[in-house]
Parts: sequence; structure tokens; C-alpha cells
Amino acid sequence: MSLLTAANIVAGYGPVDILHGVSLRVAPGEFVTVIGPNGSGKSTLLKAIFGLVPPRSGTITFAGRDITGIPTERLVLRGLGYVPQSANVFAALTVAENLEMGAFVRKSGVPARINEMYELFPDLAASRRRRAGNLSGGQRQMLALARALMLDPQLLLLDEPSAGLSPAVMQTMFAQVKNIQAQGVAAIIVEQNAREALSISQRAYVLADGGNRFEDDAAALLHNPEIVRLYLGG
Amino acid sequence: MRQRIARLWADHLRWHPTANPYVRMALWVIGGVLAAAVLIFGEPSLLVNGLLLGAALALAAIGVTLIFGILGFAHFAHGDFMTLGAFIAYGLLVGVFPALGLTQTGLGPFTFGFPLLLALPAGVLAAAILAAALDWLIYRRLRRRLAAAMTFAIAALGAAFAMRAVIRGTMQAGWDTQIGQLPRESRQFIQLPLDIGIPPDNLFLGLAAALLIAGLYLFLSRTRTGKAMRATADNPELAKVSGVNTQLIIYWTWALGAGLAAVAGTLIAVSQAQFTPLLGWKMLIPIFAAVILGGIGSLYGALLGALLISVAMEVSTQWISPSYKPAVAFIIMLIALLIRPQGILGKSSQDR
Repeated sequence: MSLLTAANIVAGYGPVDILHGVSLRVAPGEFVTVIGPNGSGKSTLLKAIFGLVPPRSGTITFAGRDITGIPTERLVLRGLGYVPQSANVFAALTVAENLEMGAFVRKSGVPARINEMYELFPDLAASRRRRAGNLSGGQRQMLALARALMLDPQLLLLDEPSAGLSPAVMQTMFAQVKNIQAQGVAAIIVEQNAREALSISQRAYVLADGGNRFEDDAAALLHNPEIVRLYLGG
Repeated sequence: MRQRIARLWADHLRWHPTANPYVRMALWVIGGVLAAAVLIFGEPSLLVNGLLLGAALALAAIGVTLIFGILGFAHFAHGDFMTLGAFIAYGLLVGVFPALGLTQTGLGPFTFGFPLLLALPAGVLAAAILAAALDWLIYRRLRRRLAAAMTFAIAALGAAFAMRAVIRGTMQAGWDTQIGQLPRESRQFIQLPLDIGIPPDNLFLGLAAALLIAGLYLFLSRTRTGKAMRATADNPELAKVSGVNTQLIIYWTWALGAGLAAVAGTLIAVSQAQFTPLLGWKMLIPIFAAVILGGIGSLYGALLGALLISVAMEVSTQWISPSYKPAVAFIIMLIALLIRPQGILGKSSQDR
């Protein structure tokens, strides 16, 4: 059974449709990468799943229940987490406060969960009193990930987690994301650095012009000459 | 919208006359000399009373800065929420309470009696509820329409005029006057060393404001709702993603800002021993001067700005007529805009 099924999603901003009927499914604990050229609707797909861009048609089912059109602040209670591409930490708040905000809807067990996050991301433990705005790019991305993990989600939506990171920091970041998988969390990863994302994923989708173009095992995609030529930069 | 404001601000700073370091230095020197003159030649009494009154000004300025932080516009009706709080208190003290036989004055060293302590929360509640209701009625709809910041500010101005008109009308109908006297008992000034004399009500005002500011600090730094409020001011989209009901946080912000304004308005009316429907409107320039001087959106900035503006206004009365006080606040605001447009504690657009 799938953890998440999105079927024929149509969504966009204002009068313009960005997605023209995209479908996607994620099994429990599975990592799925979504690649595609700029403007193909990758980020919009994540936002549509997370209720930030209401779908005009199509259905989204999560853990057996229809979640189409449910407001974002209620989705976090159902086991969905989202890491936006930019501005994904509260810059004016401390690291500890950022983590607390991640568990805003939860009223108990928050300190224990924060400590689990510090174990998972030791870098954050060392700077728990610092403002998130003063962290390095890599630390910020860790914090964004940890914030989204605070509610122990079953599925994490990651929008370009490596954006703006140096290659070395990016490696650490992907290693951390892989760690998350070991905990049984599933993820949809939208990435420009498709090779790294594919290497930690089981399956992948290729989007183009707001529609499904291709779908395969991640390993098979990495060895598909046409995909490599078109989307992985030769 | 915030990004657009930031970009406009960055352009503004780039073309600003004080991009010239010599102009900048000269203005700093002028500001420093003025500050030194106040400290050396100012009468200590005026300094101390300026600080006490400044605490009340800070209550109002903090509300403006909070509302700006979360909603991104200048709340021009803030003064009239001060008026509303004071008016409710006045109505209760002069109209309702005497009818119930509650007329005591001269509580402890103060000119007012314990009825004020009942009237104050009533005014706070009324202001808080009206502010949240206005959001529900007007600002919430503007947000849904993605209206420009200027539209919000003009709507606030409209709300200000409407509130004042209603209060004026009620004053006229109820008491046939526009200047109401609050029930009071004459009291001696509290005498401190260095020939410092403090009207006892100013002491009450300063202490009450300081307590509320401390309480607000604890609320924002320790409670779940307070942290969510700061988070929403910082990044509303991410707050939503974290499960914060940002609309609820916005109602809280209005209630808190307007409630603090009502306290400030009531305490200022008490310290002046009179209520007029123009009370809050007249405070609007000092409030905005304090907010801009301290740095828009910064809570500590609003506090610091309010204390500085208030001291400057009080000390200026040693040399010029008290009716120039708003001009003093305005001039400081202009100097602040020239030397440091982002305010004392505000972040410049470079380190944003």
C-alpha cells in the first residue's frame, strides 16, 4: 500500500496552471526524487501536497485518508513535514526555539524530542542558544531538517535541500538525509543536484511542463543514457 | 511585500544624503552635543519624570512595533486605541461607578482611588476586543486580497477617524463637553534627593508600565503563544508550515497591542487628570518618533526610543513652551531618519 498517492493534480498560482495533472506515489519508508527542468512544477507539486497551493482538481491520499485541500496547519498533525527551499528557519529565533516551533502543535514530549534532534545533528546541540540567522548555510539546512522532523513525520517533503550549499557541505547534508531514512521516514526530494538525490532514493519521477514525463527506479534512471544527457548534465 | 519594502529601503539608503560620511559625522556630533546638554543642564526632575512618562509611551510604541512586525504596516489608529481605553475608564469613573456608589479617590499616595483599578482592565478589554474585531472585519479581508501596505495604513487611518468621531459624539451626548475631568484628590509630590519632585501618579504610571513591559518580555520569550508570535513576525509562511494558526496569532497581536495602548492612554489621562478625545491622537507623533528612532519592528528599540523621546520632550520644557513637545519629538524623528534611517537597534538593509 502506498503511504502517499497524488492522482492527476492540477494546481497553480492565480489564473495560471503550473501542474496539468501530475500523479505520484510514495511507499512507506521510501525515498522518491523528483527531477525536471526549471519551471516543470517540482516545487509546486510539493506545495500542492502540503496544502500551500490548493489543488484545483485531483486527489491526494495520505495513509489511507483523503487530504486534498486540508489546510497546512492541520496537515502537520497527520504526519507530513515540509522543508521549504529558502527562508526555511526562523532567523530571529534561537536554534532551540526553532525546534520548539517545529513541534508547535504538540503539547508534551517536546524537550525529549529536541534532545533526539541534538543527537541526530550534533552540530545543532553545540549552538542551541545561537540565533538561526547567525548559523552557516549547512547548519541552517540541518536546522530546517530537524525542525521538520520534530513531529516525527512519516513523510518529509524536501524542496532543494542542497540549494546554496558548497559541495563538501552538500555531501554531509545528503548523508544526514540518508540517516533519516534509516529511521523509517519516507521522503519526496526535489533536487537540482539530481545525482546525489538519486543515489539515496529508491525511485524517481521526471516532470516536464507540469506533467509526468518518466518514472523508474532511481538506479535505473542513473544509468538511462537519455535521462543522464537531458537532466543529469552528461 | 516585506521583500519589496526591504528593497525600497535599500535604494533609499543608497541615495540618502548621509551616505556622505562627513554629513553623517556632523549629524552624530550635533546629536551627541544635544544629548550631553540635556544630561548636564537638564533639571533632574524633568529627567526622572521624562523616564516615567516614557515608560507609558513605550507601552504604546511596543504595540506599534509588534503590529508592524507581524502585519507589516504602520498602525495609525494606535493613538485612538489609547483614547478608547482612557474613554472607557473615564465613562466608568465619572458615569457608571458614581451611580453605583463607587466614588473613592486618594488611594495610598495617589490621586485616584481603587475604582480606577476596576476601570483600567475594562478599557483594556474593550480595546483588545475592538482591535481583534477590526482585523476580522477589515484587515483580514485586505490580507486575503493581498492589498498593499499603504492600503492597510489608510484603512487604519479611517478606523482612527471613525473611533475618534464616535468618542467625541458620545462625550458630547453624555457630558456636553470635550474635556472631561477625572475624579481626583490633591496629593503632595514625592520628594527625592537632588530636588527631584515626582507627581505620585507618574510613579504609578512608570511602575505599572515597567511591570507590563517585563511581563510582555516573559510572554514573548517563555510562552508557546509568545514564541509563535515572534516566529510569525519572522517568517509567516514557515510558521504556517510548522502548524501555527497564524490568523489566531494575528488576533493575539492586535489584542495585546491595543490592550497595552489602552493602559498607556488611561494612565496618561490619570496623570494629566483629564480626558479629551484627542488624547491619543496627540501621542501619535511621539509614538512613531519612538518607534522610528528605536528601529521599526524592534521591541527593545521601541522601549529605548520611547524613553529617549520622552526625556527629550520633558527636558525641552525647561527652555521652551510645553506646547512645542510634539515638535521636539518630530525633530528627533527627522534627525534619526537622517543619521540612522534604520533606527538605533534596527538592522540596516545590508545585514538583513
